Amino acid sequence: MTQTLATKPVSPLAEFWSYFSSNKGALAGLGFIVVIVLLAIFADFVAPHHPHEQFRDFILTPPAWTDGGTSQFLLGTDGVGRDILSRLIHGARLSLLIGLVIVTLSLAMGICLGLAAGFFGGAVDSAVMRVADVLLAMPPLLLAIAVVAILGPSIVNSGLALSLVYLPHYVRLTRASVLSEINKDYVVSSRVAGASSLRLMFITILPNCLAPLIVQATLGFSNAILDMAALGFLGLGAQPPLPEWGSMLATAREFIQSAWWVVTFPGLVILLTVLAFNLMGDGLRDALDPKLKQ
Amino acid sequence: MLQFFLRRLGMVIPTFIGVSLFAFALIHLIPGDVVTIMGGERGVSAETRAELEAMLGLDKPLWQQYFIYIGGILQGDLGTSYVTGKPVLSEFMARFPATLELTLCAGIFAVAVGLTLGILAAIRRGGWLDHTVMTISLAGYSMPIFWWGLLLILLFSVTLGWTPVSGRMDVMFWVEDVTGFMLIDTLLSPAKGAFASALQHLLLPAIVLGTIPMAVIARMTRSSMLEVLGEDYIRTARAKGLSKGRIVAKHALRNALIPVITVMGLQVGMLLSGAILTETIFAWPGIGKWLIEAINRRDYPVVQGGLLLIATLIIVINLLVDLMYGVVNPRVRHSK
Repeated sequence: MTQTLATKPVSPLAEFWSYFSSNKGALAGLGFIVVIVLLAIFADFVAPHHPHEQFRDFILTPPAWTDGGTSQFLLGTDGVGRDILSRLIHGARLSLLIGLVIVTLSLAMGICLGLAAGFFGGAVDSAVMRVADVLLAMPPLLLAIAVVAILGPSIVNSGLALSLVYLPHYVRLTRASVLSEINKDYVVSSRVAGASSLRLMFITILPNCLAPLIVQATLGFSNAILDMAALGFLGLGAQPPLPEWGSMLATAREFIQSAWWVVTFPGLVILLTVLAFNLMGDGLRDALDPKLKQ
Repeated sequence: MLQFFLRRLGMVIPTFIGVSLFAFALIHLIPGDVVTIMGGERGVSAETRAELEAMLGLDKPLWQQYFIYIGGILQGDLGTSYVTGKPVLSEFMARFPATLELTLCAGIFAVAVGLTLGILAAIRRGGWLDHTVMTISLAGYSMPIFWWGLLLILLFSVTLGWTPVSGRMDVMFWVEDVTGFMLIDTLLSPAKGAFASALQHLLLPAIVLGTIPMAVIARMTRSSMLEVLGEDYIRTARAKGLSKGRIVAKHALRNALIPVITVMGLQVGMLLSGAILTETIFAWPGIGKWLIEAINRRDYPVVQGGLLLIATLIIVINLLVDLMYGVVNPRVRHSK
């Protein structure tokens, strides 16, 4: 037997990847997301037509593989003759971009507020947490509708509304992690060495609080896309003719009796994208959560 | 026990004040002022403006306006709709039973199906049934319910013609409004076939609204059941020679249900906000549809009052769930 014991410590990244890649669902999710992101980035080159171009002779053309379909429009056309596939691809760009903005905004604000609440404690803590509790008392969609009612329906306003809605989750998560780190030796020694509050908060403590935040941000992506589509569907989010997935469904409702493809594909894309983010988020949580690791 | 009740009640008051501040701010944050909106395209003269502002109390300082607003709420005055001229509270009460009926039926569907699927999956762990349930639950979790509703309409209403597309009842029936619940009212009325019609109208919306909570409950029941089934006392029960059905129903389920009940409570808020989407799809005449229409018509007192009432309802329900949970589980009662 010449078997040697592994003596070289595994790098954290490699360890993470070995956990993550053993989860087939998470890998599938990651794969789908990579494809969607690439489609979104290269939408101008990939999409066969312009998302707003109306082919007046091809109104409500069915998908290519059915009777009356043409290979010019793979997934058919909508009520004013726009290519559904092209609109879906450009919609991916819109949905992912808005999702990214929402998650970044609420994550950044949530980290700052959560760090402040956990680090300073006392009055700052109470004030921040009471506001967060009030926001959490209402269901996300209802709160977003309320904010949009104030600001007026548009894609930017509904994005702002949703960033506000998700904020309390990040605040609570950051605060909880900060509280569990703040009395550890490395923080105390850094403090004794004379580090400023800002340095302690952002450079010493924050990196050790990131794991749960990364997981929450991934799951936040799926919520953002889903709620954004819901607002679009209610007519409170993206306004026509923007190719947003939810508002595409809203305009498709009148064709439900006559053209199933107009209704089916946008929803399917929303479902698959949200599913992919959820699968990847679950995989990340299993890989990053030290409690589940042996 | 009393201390726990009081402490939990005390937490509700700041939340309610926060929500009311939010609702109050709504009317002051909208772009353009209320009087201009009321005036419409023709605009208002200076005297009318002053008169309207005095009537609406807009000439007073903000903090006074807030206290007048709160005073009004406590007396049941939530303002009047710009569009219909009726009090917001009575408009709300007229539509609330429809939403309640839909939400209750969706909740019953979610609990019945979710619990059954979760238990079956846990018992047959690793089998095809388990995999099917987990797939359904995962898909349900990620489902855009507005699309799910459209798909079901496409299948059951358009293709198969089994269920109607929208509304609560066929127009050919007229039923006296006794309880506001269509299912009960139609049973009380002499009209033949009215109950069947009401049930047909309710079926799809209830399933659509119940789908996400069903997925959540199934997932939670499965994992909690698996945990309990691994405990020593279950092994003891098995060693005593008890039948499998008895072990699951009598020994395991009772303990497995505790976390599931918490999850169910959390779903109430989801159901009420999901009702907004479901009612829009199925043209269900409840508070969700009413609220969205009010936003589109810029009927701000309705938006303000409606949001406040729904939020209050959710706060109260969450409070009740917490209190009940405290009764069931002593550990919650004594923790800080």
